[in-house]
Amino acid sequence: MNAHAPAAQAPHRLTTSAMIASIAEDGQRTAKAPFGHALARLAEERQDIVGLSADLAKYTDMHVFREAHPERFFQMGMAEQVMLGAAAGLAEVGLVPFASTYSVFATRRAYDFLCLDIAEPGLNVNVVGALPGLTTGYGPSHQATEDLAILRGMPGLTIVDPADSVDIEQAVPALAAAPGPTYLRLLRGAVPTVLDEYDYRFELGRAAQLRGGRDVLFISTGLMTTRALAAARDLEADHIDVAVLHVPTIKPLDRETILREATKGRLVVTLENHTLVGGLAESVASCLAFAGAGTSSGAGTSSGAGTRIVPIGLPDEFLAAGALPTLHDRYGLSVKAIKARVRAEL
Amino acid sequence: MTPTTSRSAPAQSPNPQENLQENPQKPAPPDDAHTRAARTERIRTLQDSAYRIRRHALDMGEIQGQGYIGQALGVADILAVVYKDVLNYLPDNPEWPKRDRFLLSIGHYAIALYAALAEAGVLDTAELDTYGADGSRLPMSGMASYTPGMEISGGSLGHGLGIATGMALGLRHQGSRAHVYNLLSDGELDEGSTWEAALACAHHGLDNVTAIVDVNALQADGPTRGVLRTEPVTDKWAAFGWHTIRVDGNDIEALVSAFDELRAHRGSPAVLVCDTRIGRGVPLLETRERAHFMRVEPDEWQIARDELAQGHKARGRNPEPRGARAHAPAAPAGSTEAGRSPQSHPHRTGDDA
Repeated sequence: MNAHAPAAQAPHRLTTSAMIASIAEDGQRTAKAPFGHALARLAEERQDIVGLSADLAKYTDMHVFREAHPERFFQMGMAEQVMLGAAAGLAEVGLVPFASTYSVFATRRAYDFLCLDIAEPGLNVNVVGALPGLTTGYGPSHQATEDLAILRGMPGLTIVDPADSVDIEQAVPALAAAPGPTYLRLLRGAVPTVLDEYDYRFELGRAAQLRGGRDVLFISTGLMTTRALAAARDLEADHIDVAVLHVPTIKPLDRETILREATKGRLVVTLENHTLVGGLAESVASCLAFAGAGTSSGAGTSSGAGTRIVPIGLPDEFLAAGALPTLHDRYGLSVKAIKARVRAEL
Repeated sequence: MTPTTSRSAPAQSPNPQENLQENPQKPAPPDDAHTRAARTERIRTLQDSAYRIRRHALDMGEIQGQGYIGQALGVADILAVVYKDVLNYLPDNPEWPKRDRFLLSIGHYAIALYAALAEAGVLDTAELDTYGADGSRLPMSGMASYTPGMEISGGSLGHGLGIATGMALGLRHQGSRAHVYNLLSDGELDEGSTWEAALACAHHGLDNVTAIVDVNALQADGPTRGVLRTEPVTDKWAAFGWHTIRVDGNDIEALVSAFDELRAHRGSPAVLVCDTRIGRGVPLLETRERAHFMRVEPDEWQIARDELAQGHKARGRNPEPRGARAHAPAAPAGSTEAGRSPQSHPHRTGDDA
């Protein structure tokens, strides 16, 4: 065997893990299948809750619900269009469906059905998309890096990007209670449990400040909130004081809180597990620009051009396949990459 | 004519409870002279309804000066039978939870459905004059949020059967005996989502779903056989696990026989494939070069109405004047069989009480 044989390099090279790798970091507390358990619990209280999946129950934690309430689970096969159409039909007769598949299929493949069957009539259908952003190393076929961009333009759709298991557990009953259609970016499997350490409750449509800080404001959503919290803690050692504002609801955006927090003269950094096109960064940017923030008060900058935003997110390109830690480092989503970016910007 | 049928193996749901459907088989009616006379009158009444639906459609088309008039004339017989002889609904309460659902996925057929809803008493005939006007509840492409009795927003084709799938799953889960009908076009069979739904209905054994396919053999870019061949249509549905019947969709007697048979069918979804003729009932338009979006000149509308009336008169029928209500007012929910409207299914009366 020569020195270049793969075996010789194996210990140093990460490999693409199973399709859905856990995003938990070493030593992090996790909860197993928080969505499935939350839905099964909710269904104990609400007889109108039903579940559907498109041959991905096992991979979207819907199997927990299916096992608890088999008579209320409808398997639709690998057919996302009819799954969303059928979810609309179930809602039309008064039931409250949660329909799960991968985000790429819910958004790219079945958009017309989500738009016209569910959103246009304003039905209480809750679409649950797994593998949002960069949470799989399988490449563009599975990486829903632009799902928020696709869906933000859909009138009446509530979009939620939860940070951890606590967020998911609390979001599920809130989404069912909301009268209109929703889209939940699902974290599945062993999901980090972080927000129970903070004075936090999920409120639909509300951003929540998780920690205060004088120098930098992180505005984050989804799994990037847990990374933002870790980066903020580490940056204390550099005497950089970082606040974290968690924005679990992408639409409708909590403009009031964002506007108030982003205009206090701190460096504003947005963090999202999504392309920089059409996601949180542009939502925050348009929120500030439409409000004229920074242009007259000079709160954010002295240039008069408005509050500058440092956007951390995925590049506008089709991403590589590989191991998630490698990819998160490469594309700037890792805690290490976040800290380096903040230091460079200050 | 006799309907042609092909029986497919009934699909069994993996959940045995889901297969528990009551089977209120109707005894065969005695074949005496009285029954034959009643049936003849039933057919004639439906022919009158179909005439009025066509007449309404022509009037609406004239207001707009254009429209999917060819399709409306072609599908009028189907809608007459469905709304006056098949569906269980309350004209004064289109949201009645126990109603049968009729899903129009072909939104551009709205002109025909508005005419049928007027014939059914859901809409006032006078409102048809607003068709396509700003602020009207009767837009050119059918939408649920605009029109009472319009169950879904069609227009983007290939959606209706998927929604029907979910409604049928939900209604069965709730123990309702309401039936779900979806009118789709043969052009809509191009859409893959239609076949996703066809698989799902069969897999789940949804015998509370009936698809009605209007095979007019014409789509936007020309004859279906040249755009994207869908025949043999019946074989395809049968292969997907559906109970199939194919009839002349402009033969009311054949339609009545087919729906009578479908009432007793259990164990799988059913499809009624209806061969129809664009412009049916108005020779001027039947013989015109077949067009998806038919042009009718201003001076032709009256000719069309006259031809329609002549054809109907030739059957020995004297249509009611426009605007006359053609249905008996329906009884409220939970009433007895005797008090039900004529459009109620005999075997569905008093259900879900």
